[in-house]
Amino acid sequence: MSWVTKTLSSTLGRKLIMALTGLFLILFLTGHVSGNLLLFKGDGGEAFNIYAKFMTTNPAVKILSYLTYISVIGHVIYAIILGRKNKAARPIGYEESKSSTNSTTASRNMGVLGTIILIFLVVHMQSFWYQMHWGDLPLVEYDGETYKDLFSIVTFAFQNELMVAGYVIAMGFLAFHLSHGFASAFQTLGLNHKKYTPAIQAVGKFYAVIVPILFALMPLYIYFTS
Amino acid sequence: MKLTLKVWRQKNNADKGGFVSYPIDGISTDMSFLEMLDVLNEELTEKGEDPVHFDHDCREGICGMCSLYINGKPHGPQQTTTCQLHMRSFSDGDTITIEPWRAAAFPVVKDLVVDRSAFDRIIQSGGYVSVNTGGVPDANEIPIPKTIADEAFDAATCIGCGACVAACKNASAMLFTSAKISQLAMLPQGKVERKARAEKMIAQMDAEGFGACTNTGACSAECPKGISLTNIARMNREYFSAVMSSENV
Repeated sequence: MSWVTKTLSSTLGRKLIMALTGLFLILFLTGHVSGNLLLFKGDGGEAFNIYAKFMTTNPAVKILSYLTYISVIGHVIYAIILGRKNKAARPIGYEESKSSTNSTTASRNMGVLGTIILIFLVVHMQSFWYQMHWGDLPLVEYDGETYKDLFSIVTFAFQNELMVAGYVIAMGFLAFHLSHGFASAFQTLGLNHKKYTPAIQAVGKFYAVIVPILFALMPLYIYFTS
Repeated sequence: MKLTLKVWRQKNNADKGGFVSYPIDGISTDMSFLEMLDVLNEELTEKGEDPVHFDHDCREGICGMCSLYINGKPHGPQQTTTCQLHMRSFSDGDTITIEPWRAAAFPVVKDLVVDRSAFDRIIQSGGYVSVNTGGVPDANEIPIPKTIADEAFDAATCIGCGACVAACKNASAMLFTSAKISQLAMLPQGKVERKARAEKMIAQMDAEGFGACTNTGACSAECPKGISLTNIARMNREYFSAVMSSENV
């Protein structure tokens, strides 16, 4: 094995992949939530539709989106590989375990939380991402240019109470996943120092609350305003 | 004190094992947990039964030999070694569940005794400074700042008991390995071999079948010596920089 494959198949190498893909997905979430704030603009979806077209056609964004797909797939695959190794490391469990006294619930259930988020992601991409790329969308025209009316698909989807409830609950799981994942990624990268670790932890907690709340407000806003 | 002990009994590694309950009476609150088990074993021996096997040595909290997963926590309810845990931490009438460390890398030898030689093999793979030759060096010949010395010493207080592995949901040995890598990586004598050490010790840790780190912090919270998670971050830095720059292609 070359030193690269040897490193990436070691436990620490695999953890490194988890941390880097996780951090990239945090960057993605930041961009995603910022752009989608256009849903709150109240302009009938014009700004949102123009933004959606830009995001699916701009070559630089294309590269970022491929990196995002790779990150999602890599994060899932390495989570499975590490999860199996971790399971094998303790074939017989304890009769009694007071793990809640030494660690947070989120940190012990990252795999479960991640699986729920993955299921949400599949539904979410089918509803909007797939429709935007290959679906039969109504068209709108702004200043003589034609745009796919993704906004109408989004507003239609969030007329459904079940859809809205599902999105809000999924964001709750995302919040828990981020509440551990954000700071944990920095620790895995070896970035732990009394100078900046408290700041990373504080930013992580803030991020884990604010981003899911903003996302959850979108279906709620559309449901209650249209 | 009157107690009920729910103890894991297993004849040998091939045996399936199971819990056996033992009522015990006349326990003083001043006894250590191991002395309480001694009382149980004397009773069992008098009855002609096989005493409960458990690891212990110094009984001073410094050797790391005692283990036991007591009522859902390694070394029991206090953050100390089992030998330094006293029966005053329990109440009269309690049922106490006693299990061995559970990890594929720590196979059960008998009852509560597990084979922790996986730790020895991690140390043997690189947890040392190779050769000292010549005369005895003068004290303070190599100046080491007090803060660095203290930090290295904090890592070196790891007694290798394995509570970190026992507490970790993944049975990961990263806190142990990182403490052993850290104590040497911070000192001039250890820095010479730091790259090879990090690569070899982590390879050995993986080969032993320990799990990965999820950064839950359970290891540090349960460590009788309070070894900090900063050591794991340091180990990760040592490893990543070693693989990027060592001669080991």
